[in-house]
Amino acid sequence: MSETPAIVEVRNVYKSYRRGGQAVPVLEGISFDIAQGEFVALMGPSGSGKSTLLNLIAGIDKPDSGELRVAGEDIARMSESELADWRAASIGFIFQFYNLMPVLTAYENVELPLLLTNLSRAERRQRVELALSMVGLSDRMDHAPSELSGGQQQRVAIARAIITDPVLIVADEPTGDLDRTSAGEILKMLERLNTELGKTIVMVTHDQRAAEQAHLVRHLEKGELIGAAQP
Amino acid sequence: MYLLKLILRNALRHKLRTGLTLLGIFVAILAFGLLQTVVEAWYAGADAASSARLITRNSISLVFPLPSTYQEKIRQVEGVSRVAHANWFGGIYVSEKNFFPQFAVNLDAYLELYPEYIVPPDQMKAAMLDRKGCVIGRKLADTYGFKVGDVVPLRGTIFPGTWEFVVRAIYDGKEAKTDTSQFFFHWDYLNETLRKTTPRRANSVGVYVVGVRDPGQAAKVAGDIDRVFANSLAETLTETERAFQLGFVAMTEAIVVAIRIVSFLVIFIIMAVMANTMAMTARERMPEYATFKALGFGPATVVILILGESLAIALAGALLGVLATSPVAHWFASQMGTLFPVFEVSPETFAMQVAAALVVGVVAAVLPGYRAASVRIVEGLRNIG
Repeated sequence: MSETPAIVEVRNVYKSYRRGGQAVPVLEGISFDIAQGEFVALMGPSGSGKSTLLNLIAGIDKPDSGELRVAGEDIARMSESELADWRAASIGFIFQFYNLMPVLTAYENVELPLLLTNLSRAERRQRVELALSMVGLSDRMDHAPSELSGGQQQRVAIARAIITDPVLIVADEPTGDLDRTSAGEILKMLERLNTELGKTIVMVTHDQRAAEQAHLVRHLEKGELIGAAQP
Repeated sequence: MYLLKLILRNALRHKLRTGLTLLGIFVAILAFGLLQTVVEAWYAGADAASSARLITRNSISLVFPLPSTYQEKIRQVEGVSRVAHANWFGGIYVSEKNFFPQFAVNLDAYLELYPEYIVPPDQMKAAMLDRKGCVIGRKLADTYGFKVGDVVPLRGTIFPGTWEFVVRAIYDGKEAKTDTSQFFFHWDYLNETLRKTTPRRANSVGVYVVGVRDPGQAAKVAGDIDRVFANSLAETLTETERAFQLGFVAMTEAIVVAIRIVSFLVIFIIMAVMANTMAMTARERMPEYATFKALGFGPATVVILILGESLAIALAGALLGVLATSPVAHWFASQMGTLFPVFEVSPETFAMQVAAALVVGVVAAVLPGYRAASVRIVEGLRNIG
């Protein structure tokens, strides 16, 4: 375990979904911490609850019970509107299928989270250009997502995730839709974000190779954490 | 600005779908405008009626005439300024499809009561000097190509025989809503002919048109006129010109109601089509809306995106429909001849078209907007792949 302070504190969290009128438990009393600057991979078979846990940490879902603190904020007790503001300021999202807006250019997609800030147009431009240069897409700013490869689209998504300088980046199967080469590039990029910028990253993956990039791998099975290991 | 850009780009995302929806709204708004104009044309006579004119007819029915001797008695009633009389002629010009209203009137008195009919003085003078002379409206002249000096033969139906008239004057309307599709000729010409052919039908008129000095006293004057002829062989019923015209509309009210219902049904149908399009669009974009929300945008942003797109499509279709309404109405009126004496698209109709488009745009966005705004982020994201 890391000795640095915990940025994510999960305490006795329960979560279940209703299917066909019956409550199906997904997480059963999960407790663990993620240290600041950590790169954690969550692994486990389908239905183990890893994506649900990621969604809870990212504040896009709420636990049935338990405590959930991220960067000192008790997000389990926030209202929807407070959560939205908190996500805009604190979380960077990387999705399996990139989730870029098809009608916006790479530049506009990266700029999107900044529209919720008070930055001027010039300040936004400066930040977007820097973020796109960090992911190596300065020459593709005006391209629509459909004009980019899968790997390039995911790099745009990474630029969008870091544009607000969030305290936590959550990545749900970030290499799940990519070929081996592109996946490798994306994983290297995530590692750079972690090591060079000190970003805390929580990544859900099925891919052992992706998990090897993380500092710590947590395994889930049937809604319970079954252990932690260095990759 | 950013949202506006996004709304417009989203609207053009599926060009075929947007194009077909736009076409549907265009046709619906155009049809709605035309049907509303037809309804207004139905009421044109009543709308153009003057509050300073009364119509006196036989109290039993309009088909029963009144003696021509009533004219002087009506003139003597307190508050009456002028009296004219008119007989419906009902002649056919060449073919039965060439319908236009013809009246046998005492031309000078009658046209003095209708200042909205503008007749050039020299033409009026010529019409008064020719017993077979007639005064016709501009629309009628344009429809059949009648010019001053032309002979117009009419085959009588109520008054049998072939009647020949000479166009001596063409009147214009003071306003766009003035009926210029009518044909007036000398009642004396009709009466003198009837005296020779069917004397029992002579010396009678269909209605009296009564001018009143004070429109505020119209009801009292009408009552006074009817009291003069109470308990006579031909009792009268006097009413305002507007009430008289609305009486005609009431005879065909079922048709007007049907047209109104159809016009609103057209809007309802396009509303359903538009709602389906927006529901389909919103369903497809649910992951995008979920992503917006995940990034920190509130449900209001999602609603604005859907509502904006729906309104953009509806208003674009409406704009095309509104622009096309006047030319199509003009063409329609030309095809209808003089069936609709006044067929003008009113400013109220244009406003109703825009309002209908706004309602379509808003209603179509309500359900998809509500769903997209209320769906949980994790459920919205799950639709990807």
